[in-house]
Amino acid sequence: MDVRVEGLVKRYGRVAALDGVSMAFASGALTAILGPSGCGKTTLLRSLAGFVMVDRGRILFGAEEVTAVSPQARGTAMVFQHYALWPHMTVFDNVAYGLRLRKVPDAELRSRVEKVLDLVEIGRVTGVGERRPAELSGGQQQRVALARALVVEPRVLLLDEPLSNLDAKVRQRLRAEVRRLQKAVGITAVYVTHDQEEALAIADAVVLMNAGRVVQAGSPQEIYSHPTTAFAADFLGVSNQLAGVAEADRLSVGAQRLPYGGPVRGRATLIFRAADASVSAGEGGASPGHALLRGVLEERLFLGSVYRHYVRVEGETLMVDGAEPVEPGPVTVQVPVAKLQVYAA
Amino acid sequence: MTTSVGPRADVFVRTTLRMAGAVLVAFVIFAPLSSLVIWSFTRRWSWPHPFPQELGLFYWRKVLEGDLLRALESGFLIAVIVTAATLVLTVPLAYLLARYPVPGKAVILLVFLLPHAFPQLPVFVNATTLLYRVNLAASLSGVVLIHMVGALVYAVWTMTAVFRSIPESLEEAAWNLGASRLKTFRTVALPLATPGLIASTLLVFLYSLDEFTGTLLVGSPFVLTLPVYMYRTSVGYELQVASIAALILMLPGLALLVVLERYLKSEYLSMFGRL
Repeated sequence: MDVRVEGLVKRYGRVAALDGVSMAFASGALTAILGPSGCGKTTLLRSLAGFVMVDRGRILFGAEEVTAVSPQARGTAMVFQHYALWPHMTVFDNVAYGLRLRKVPDAELRSRVEKVLDLVEIGRVTGVGERRPAELSGGQQQRVALARALVVEPRVLLLDEPLSNLDAKVRQRLRAEVRRLQKAVGITAVYVTHDQEEALAIADAVVLMNAGRVVQAGSPQEIYSHPTTAFAADFLGVSNQLAGVAEADRLSVGAQRLPYGGPVRGRATLIFRAADASVSAGEGGASPGHALLRGVLEERLFLGSVYRHYVRVEGETLMVDGAEPVEPGPVTVQVPVAKLQVYAA
Repeated sequence: MTTSVGPRADVFVRTTLRMAGAVLVAFVIFAPLSSLVIWSFTRRWSWPHPFPQELGLFYWRKVLEGDLLRALESGFLIAVIVTAATLVLTVPLAYLLARYPVPGKAVILLVFLLPHAFPQLPVFVNATTLLYRVNLAASLSGVVLIHMVGALVYAVWTMTAVFRSIPESLEEAAWNLGASRLKTFRTVALPLATPGLIASTLLVFLYSLDEFTGTLLVGSPFVLTLPVYMYRTSVGYELQVASIAALILMLPGLALLVVLERYLKSEYLSMFGRL
């Protein structure tokens, strides 16, 4: 079931949560909607579920327009950030709820619930069906919530920051799990998150949103390596921003000159990732294919896998990661020209 | 030496003070109660004797054979009707107020508070004249109505808070799986609200059982509840009978408060002081 939205607008007072959003969610694919809080991603998801009625625009599930259809009749299944399991029901009753609404006969209901609990790998936890959600860990609760959503074989699976309440280790495991399940079931899934790493890791396609609009959409690789705006580049990774002026053959950052061959002219924003740059002590020259910035190393933090260096360049503080520590003092920062993104400011 | 004596003396003083405090509190709470108990078993006790001259079950027997049981019965009947009617009215109303952007929500909540905002006597006197005009005064239905005026605020305010304390996503999850609003209310909101609803129900029940001013004004002379009975007997200087009535009136209150303590969460009272 492919899902399309066309020109969605939703206003809350004077704020536009959705400001003309059009996009397509491919059938059987997992699409991540990524963006900072307040960008409209949750409103978009809730409008797909039918909890939010849009002011303008159309929502299509396949050929069927569902814009005005009630949440009950949309055939979506949602996984909530805070699990939203019913605390007064057992795990079994939670999962069986949707099937009971559909008047599934008892024997079939039992086998389907058991099967889906196995699928989310919680069926083997002893007596899990008879337990209350509160007796399970956060990760287990979210598995149950996934089971509750999947057991009714929904047309579209909606996930609203499903992992953001879990601690880092469980989050990483469950992330792979969600991906495995979605592929195994072959369901169209929309996954909302503010975590860029999660979006890149889990999705077939990433949609980046900001201020109620779609900023960029594409495969994770595309979005990561070719961000089309300063916002996208900044949001997708630990990034540095420098203000500069772009000319036909060079970039000026303060008093420093960098090589440039791109299309931007005039005031520009330069963006590069902390991991793409390198830093070395002293006043060495630029390596071939690299832009060179001189600055002063002020601070250095050990992050475990890398050292993060804070370098003062033309009044801005840049972050540069490196495997080897560099001592504070005058340094040069090298950025591969290919990794230096330049946008009109 | 002083260092070892000092703290010990300190502990001694503190213990003494604490015990004195406990005795004082116990006296303030239990002295009137004990006098009630003593009076209820007294046959004759006249000034200047420090203790009753004659004890016995005479008045207990007299009371249990007489009007008190009738007062108890009609008081309970009224309380049950008031509670049931209040529940039927407030559960849907509180749910609407908690979940939907009802226009004038603050005004609605304030309206229920109004009878409590003014001095009780004028409110009830006015209500009484009104009820006389529609022929409801001095009747059970009149007393039920006047009790509901006072009870609705507790019920509406606590129940709204109860429904508000249930995360909306729990209901959305049910709609999302295809459950109608009514089905969701029945299978999700209502079971989760039940402890709070019980607490709220008990508050209303106790309020009705103990209500005095309105009952006296509206119900007289035909409707007799325990507080009214107690009042009549004590102004008639039948202190023994009044004491027994007071003791009996305390029992349901005590029993329900024990139950209430289990169900009432502080968040259910969160609506008070916030609109």
